[in-house]
Amino acid sequence: MVWKKILRRLSAMLATLLVAGLLAATLVRFAPGFDADERELDPHLNRESVQALHQSRLSEHNILAFYSNYLRNAVHGELGRSRSLDQPVLSLLRDRWPVTARLVAIGLFLAWTLALGLAISGALIRWSPYDVLGTSVSGIALCIPAAVLALLSVLLRIPGEAVVACIVFPKVYRYTRNLIGKTYSQPHITSARSRGLSEMRILLWHVFPIIGPQMAALAGISVGIAVGATVAVESLLGLPGLGQLAWQAALARDLPLLINLTLVITLVTLLANSSGDLIAEMFRSSEA
Amino acid sequence: MIRRLLCSAFCLLLISAGSWAQGGGELRFCLRGEPKTFDPLKVDDEPSLSIRYLTGGVLVRIDRKTQELQPELAKTWKLSKDSREITFTLRHGILFSDGTPFSVGDVAYTVERLMDPALHSSTGDAFRSGSGKVATKITGSDQISITFPASVTGLDRLFDQVAMVSAHSPHKESAVLGPFMVAEYKPGSSVLLRRNPNYWKKDTQGRQLPYLDSIHLDIQPNRDIEMLRFTRGELDIINAIDTEYFDRLASTNSKVVHDAGVSLDSEQLWFNQVNTAPIPAYKRAWFQSTNFRRAVSLAINRGDLARVVFNGHARPAVGPVSPANKFWFNAKLTSDPNDPAAALQRLQKDGFHLQNGNLLDKDGNPVEFSIVTNAGSKARERMAVLMQEDLQKIGMKVNVVPLDFPSLIERISQKFNYEAAILGFANVDLDPNGQMNIWLSSAENHAWNPLQKSPQTSWEAEIDRLMRLQASSGDPRKRKESFDRVQEIVVEQVPFIFLVNKDALSAVSPALENADPVILHPQTFWNAERLTLNSAIRASR
Amino acid sequence: MSSVRRLALAILLAVGGLSLAADWLSPASYRTQFREAPNSPPSRQHLLGTDAMGRDRFSRLLYGTRISLTLAPAAAAVSTVLGILLGGLTGYLGGAWARLGMATTDLFLSLPWLFLLITVRALLPLNVSPLTSVLITFLILGLLGWAASARVLCAASQSLRKSSFVLQARASGLHGVRLFLVHVLPNLKPVLLAQFWISIPVFILSEANLGILGLGVTEPLPSWGSLLRELEGLLSFHQEPWKLAPLILLMIVVTSFQLVLSKEETAA
Repeated sequence: MVWKKILRRLSAMLATLLVAGLLAATLVRFAPGFDADERELDPHLNRESVQALHQSRLSEHNILAFYSNYLRNAVHGELGRSRSLDQPVLSLLRDRWPVTARLVAIGLFLAWTLALGLAISGALIRWSPYDVLGTSVSGIALCIPAAVLALLSVLLRIPGEAVVACIVFPKVYRYTRNLIGKTYSQPHITSARSRGLSEMRILLWHVFPIIGPQMAALAGISVGIAVGATVAVESLLGLPGLGQLAWQAALARDLPLLINLTLVITLVTLLANSSGDLIAEMFRSSEA
Repeated sequence: MIRRLLCSAFCLLLISAGSWAQGGGELRFCLRGEPKTFDPLKVDDEPSLSIRYLTGGVLVRIDRKTQELQPELAKTWKLSKDSREITFTLRHGILFSDGTPFSVGDVAYTVERLMDPALHSSTGDAFRSGSGKVATKITGSDQISITFPASVTGLDRLFDQVAMVSAHSPHKESAVLGPFMVAEYKPGSSVLLRRNPNYWKKDTQGRQLPYLDSIHLDIQPNRDIEMLRFTRGELDIINAIDTEYFDRLASTNSKVVHDAGVSLDSEQLWFNQVNTAPIPAYKRAWFQSTNFRRAVSLAINRGDLARVVFNGHARPAVGPVSPANKFWFNAKLTSDPNDPAAALQRLQKDGFHLQNGNLLDKDGNPVEFSIVTNAGSKARERMAVLMQEDLQKIGMKVNVVPLDFPSLIERISQKFNYEAAILGFANVDLDPNGQMNIWLSSAENHAWNPLQKSPQTSWEAEIDRLMRLQASSGDPRKRKESFDRVQEIVVEQVPFIFLVNKDALSAVSPALENADPVILHPQTFWNAERLTLNSAIRASR
Repeated sequence: MSSVRRLALAILLAVGGLSLAADWLSPASYRTQFREAPNSPPSRQHLLGTDAMGRDRFSRLLYGTRISLTLAPAAAAVSTVLGILLGGLTGYLGGAWARLGMATTDLFLSLPWLFLLITVRALLPLNVSPLTSVLITFLILGLLGWAASARVLCAASQSLRKSSFVLQARASGLHGVRLFLVHVLPNLKPVLLAQFWISIPVFILSEANLGILGLGVTEPLPSWGSLLRELEGLLSFHQEPWKLAPLILLMIVVTSFQLVLSKEETAA
């Protein structure tokens, strides 16, 4: 039974991955500027060279043929060549993923630590000025544009991971604070307190199991938010990660690179959300 | 023990004296994007161009300060009267960075690769004057003649862009003849250039150039962060700095900023005159009317554009050539003054009239059009907003639409679904022949109405004739006569409404010695082989 | 109502009132260019100085508040409703519906929507009025911003459908949509409101970034997003602190929103 479930889940993930790649390729292919190349504006290029620029994109015009060809090659480990950077996509991904992985991992760790710390302590302390402080801090972080955060990080010599944390934290905090706060206002918590249970016991045994499924889902989502944040952070700070690559590829309409990056992001999103779903199911079944 | 210590100290002193004599240090600045290629013959983008300048060895070099052609790898050259043949006599004993000898065979190989029809680079295309093969003939151990199928205007100066490639080195394009060579490339992060140990040039005191040990180029598209790092001393130069940052730096330390004067760059507005463009016919009629375009030109306050957008570090443009181009600039021309009343008079000739402050054409259509430009260029967006207000004074309603660059290029070069656009010319050639593809009506870059089978207007036919005339003439005075007339026509007919010529602004750290910013690219490091860092900075790095 | 919440409410009403009275309060039109004084510091004539084109920053802030304060919450409401439908409802239905809903959400989260936005811009006429452009922009943001909350709502709904009070309600004859609306939806309020409050500043900032695609508020109309873009070049905040006014106002408004309804978010 368990194997059946896992197999079903994996099949669903694979189907989602394939559809995501095709949809992304279609979006890119039919977006304006697909055939455009800024070299066309160079007055030194003659007509033959400009025509050669246009011809070089012909193989990407039939998106179904391009995508099936891509999948066929990908099975053999050949991910294509980036048009804008003129390098194999595999080597680009291999060189850059550690930077993004580090940003996401540390950024998430910092964001969740701060968010959970503020939310839990707020629920335990039950002092409204403290809640106001948490709300204000998260409100302020939510309002600062990414470009300003990046500038501040360079000004104050703070690493990019902190910028990612600043982007993720307010979103995680708000949900967490609301879920924890709402659960604490339930009658069974009052009853537990009146029976003399310690706050830590209440938190671990009576609060977390209830909010577990939502928190697990939120954890999965936060991975997606962090990955999305790396596009802005890496581009602004000049960090050579996948996010910077994605932005460059988008501006250049680099189809081979964009398909691969979409698949990577989809895979990460699916894994994160599926893990969240699994943990949520575990919480629900333990409740039952 | 003491003797040993003294010995060590003496050795250290010798070493440091030796390195002192060489100069040394690492220069640091930013590239604004990822270099697309290290093959010097395929270079099309600015970051790659900068790297080619620093690593490539050329036969002749345009001195960026004097704008005169100087011998480099070739000690002499001879250009035939018909500009079809050029003969170079090379210097002796030059080696590539990997020790491979440089010879006439390498020149022949480079030319052969450059003229390969499959190459499709702007460097190669600049030489393509006619159909037929380019012939190279080795006429001596150090002499080579290159013959083109047709005359190539300014042939000798074009070799400033051709970096020699080794025919024999196992390192291919990595073996270079310039002052520096690529030592390390971290994609998305940086490029490190180290001194070429085999560089042929020495200074007047016999010291081998370059003085610098290395150049560290960070890939940093964000100009705010580039500026911040410069103020913290992490960077030594900013090439082409924005006016806002220029003034900010100037207010704290005027010695670090340099305004080399008006550059060759220009910003211009033009209207879509393509007959098949998917815009309403009545709008096309407006845009194809010289009176309409002149009226717009008269309504625009160029002085305000230069003062407000560029903080005074620009001047109103007159025509297609910047006054910085001393030989080719037609000094008799003047730019349209800001005169809304005169603009309205012009419009009345075509039947336009004002109604409740709104301008209507002769059929009662309200005059409303959009201006597209590339998002991310604050200067162009601001110019568009200022012009929006200027044109509102004569009753025109203008919508400013910044677009991402690929979408913009598609609209203006392929689909022609735009009404007006603002872009600029950058890295402009001194010789107008480099702009043939802009002025010829049959060419791709004839922005307002490209690829015409035959010239649509008599003035475009005249420009075609004059451009071909100057291209085929070897006499600079006759060429200038023809091109002066082209400039006059452009100012009368305003297919491009030239707005401003920007100043060449840069920032140079006081730690850098021998820097002398100029207007030609690359402004600040054109003399990279002679740049050096002062001793205190060198020691700290 | 606590004093903090009263203060927050008063701030919101004041900001809203000031923006509505922009026509009377602003010293100049948001588009008038005082070209003799670009980038000038605060003065009696220009309370918050002028921007790079000499436009009065205080006037632009008042008018920009009107646009952002109306449209960003509207877009946030759209994304929240979509989140309920595609997350909350599918989670409540459970089984294959939940799996389909979440697969759709995951797909939605992974796609490069930048290209859809570029395509939307291409399909729109170039001469679209600034107001139409801003309406379309916020509508698109609302239509694209639902996916993150949908996942959390789905997880919450799935937990609730097996809870004792829902089972009891079902046993007493309540079914389908009515059961969802009466018993499940109120318990999703913490997540819904969190989603709503987070979306407002996110959409305001996103609107500014959409400017690079030709969407967003078009010149000369101001918005908080376009005013915040001025901060991108601000390297020395202490030298020109007046330029921080839009950011400070946004922070105050967002925090006030959150404080006013914080009790609702945690009410049982």
